[in-house]
Amino acid sequence: MLVLLALAVIVVVWMIAAYNGLISLKNQTVNAFKQIDVQLKRRHDLIPNLVNAVKGAMDFEKSTLEAVIQARNQAVKVNAAGTGPQDVKQISQAENALSGALSRLLVTVERYPELKATGNVGQLQEELTSTENRIAFARQLYNDTATQYNTKQQQFPTTLVAGLAHAERADLWEIEDQAERAVPQVDLTSR
Amino acid sequence: MIGFVLFFAWLGFGGDYVWSLYGGHPFPLLGIVLTVGAIITARVAYQTGPEKVLWSTGAHEVIDPQTDAERQLVNVVEEMSIAAGLPRPRIWIVPDEDPNAFATGHGPGDSHIAVTQGLLRICNREELQAVIGHELGHVKNFDVRLMTMLAALVGAVLLARDGMGRMMGGRGSRFGRVEEEGKKGAGPLLAIVLALWLISWVLAPLVTQLLALAVSRRREYLADDMSAQFTRNPLALASALEKIEGAAAPTTAITSGAAHLCIADPLGRRFTNHEGWLGDVFATHPPMGKRIAILKGMGYAQLKKAAQPQ
Repeated sequence: MLVLLALAVIVVVWMIAAYNGLISLKNQTVNAFKQIDVQLKRRHDLIPNLVNAVKGAMDFEKSTLEAVIQARNQAVKVNAAGTGPQDVKQISQAENALSGALSRLLVTVERYPELKATGNVGQLQEELTSTENRIAFARQLYNDTATQYNTKQQQFPTTLVAGLAHAERADLWEIEDQAERAVPQVDLTSR
Repeated sequence: MIGFVLFFAWLGFGGDYVWSLYGGHPFPLLGIVLTVGAIITARVAYQTGPEKVLWSTGAHEVIDPQTDAERQLVNVVEEMSIAAGLPRPRIWIVPDEDPNAFATGHGPGDSHIAVTQGLLRICNREELQAVIGHELGHVKNFDVRLMTMLAALVGAVLLARDGMGRMMGGRGSRFGRVEEEGKKGAGPLLAIVLALWLISWVLAPLVTQLLALAVSRRREYLADDMSAQFTRNPLALASALEKIEGAAAPTTAITSGAAHLCIADPLGRRFTNHEGWLGDVFATHPPMGKRIAILKGMGYAQLKKAAQPQ
């Protein structure tokens, strides 16, 4: 009799631990998802200042700089328009367009090595590289956390508690537009 | 922590027992004093440990980055903190030309990462990311808390031993006098207890030191793995370790007290390259060659692709 009671206690304790573990992972997943937004917003805020800082030195590449500003304004507009699930596709398209404009700007800076020596431009390059890295790492963290959450939900004993915890499968961040998977072409011939 | 305090309690009350056998007072004053002293010392050492380590290396904190290198360092640390899912640690620079890095602190919420000038000079951005990732791995695993505690305990034991040594010397003459009137029956047992007690005093600092070393090696491998996980680029860490190993000069700024917190052995000890039991017990870091080989193994697919003719 006592043995049965002890077993029951052990099972209940385990259930509580498993439930709490699932809740913790679910919240971490949501947090990691919002972290991506934090980094995207940081990029929106940073770009106007950076472009102003290098405008003088890079006057001859005005079109590239303007493309960046326009892409950034578009991304801000789309983000403000709505953040529901149906807007995710538009938002990610706008953000990807901005990433494209920025990488074109970075490639342009690379073609003028004497520009890098100018203090501001070197800093611009570093800040842009860091920003893109942060967005990438935020997405990586989200995918890692979501994978942990999914795995824990689906593994054997915890699946029994998953229903109780309203645990749902989290979607991983992935590339929507197949064109992005193509290997980027870098043309260094013309200057 | 608890084991440490109990150990001191045993030492203290054991001392009281021995003392009482010689006709001293029955109140276990020594035991209580030592236990309370141990608790206070350990707590203070634990709280102030990280600051002391950083101070001893002559590091200065990066609050407002001035140079490009400092700005890049701050950016890299923030990037890797995002990748690791940790709050940003406080960043320090050690003015030493030998490349090295270490982490200290109490855990993710309150951690410090320090790099030497030499490291900033020889590593490119990717390698710096990998090294910072390794240090953040230590922070995430609470290795920094473990190492701070162990360093605090070693320090406290050494202090207590010195203190007790002075007290024992003072009472030596008293022991001599009392022996003549001492209880004859308890002779051999007393000798054994006294011997054990004295031996434990001598061994205490050794034991804590060995504990620190035993966990170090495995945790270094684990931190390497976590760096590869955060950067998804194990070859970057392999390349950074090769550069660090190649710059053979010992890091004079980092003393043996902080050695087990670094990414590479700052004292350049030859024991480090030994595999097997002896190395495991006495060396703070695993052999560099093995670490690099493991990382290259992880990056096998990358290496293979790079080696293929275009």
